[in-house]
Amino acid sequence: MSKLELDATVENLPKVLEFIDSKLEELECSMKIQMQIDVSVEELFVNIAHYAYTDSIGKAEIVFDVHDDPRTIKISFIDSGVPYDPLAKDDPDISLSAEERSIGGLGIFMVKKNMDDIKYEYTNGCNITSIFKLI
Amino acid sequence: MLNINNSKNGTDLTFVLEGRLDTTTAPQLEEQVNSLISDVKNLAFDMTKLEYISSAGLRVLLAAQKTMNKQGNMVVKNVSEEVQEIFEVTGFSDILTIE
Repeated sequence: MSKLELDATVENLPKVLEFIDSKLEELECSMKIQMQIDVSVEELFVNIAHYAYTDSIGKAEIVFDVHDDPRTIKISFIDSGVPYDPLAKDDPDISLSAEERSIGGLGIFMVKKNMDDIKYEYTNGCNITSIFKLI
Repeated sequence: MLNINNSKNGTDLTFVLEGRLDTTTAPQLEEQVNSLISDVKNLAFDMTKLEYISSAGLRVLLAAQKTMNKQGNMVVKNVSEEVQEIFEVTGFSDILTIE
């Protein structure tokens, strides 16, 4: 298990992706899986950076873990900001035309589509969102 | 990191993108698109060297597509397999004209 704790700011996104990519490279993940995981990690981290701590800068902790049988990557995002369940939002209607589509609402949908599972809990004052990807 | 090159020829405008179109870099592209798009009839994005796109990048493409639906055409060219996968998952493969 590896952890990264840092300020939840958009400026720190490259550091987060560097941390995740270094782990994925150790596991020799395909480019496709790497991209699917990067997209999901970006959405969840940026969500924390934008919404968790309204006026101040708070911390985010990212925990990377690999389970066996079946081989699965688990990445958890932990923050102590306002309670926020990313799964509570309805999925966007992706059959709409460009005119009808709204800009936004795609992020969490992309996470759901690209990951095999996603779980959210609010425990001891912390939001914990975990994504799971079979590799 | 994202490198953006643009070439404008009359009412044709092409952006060549290289690197990653994500939350940190999408605002740069959005700014360039907004400043150059007003009299454009044919807009193209060349994605030969684009390695990655997140929802922040998709938002810029959707906004550009909406503008171009009113004033001309927009195409997205030379998309990698990984980026194509993101377009398909999000329904963008139906919205964009991908060559």
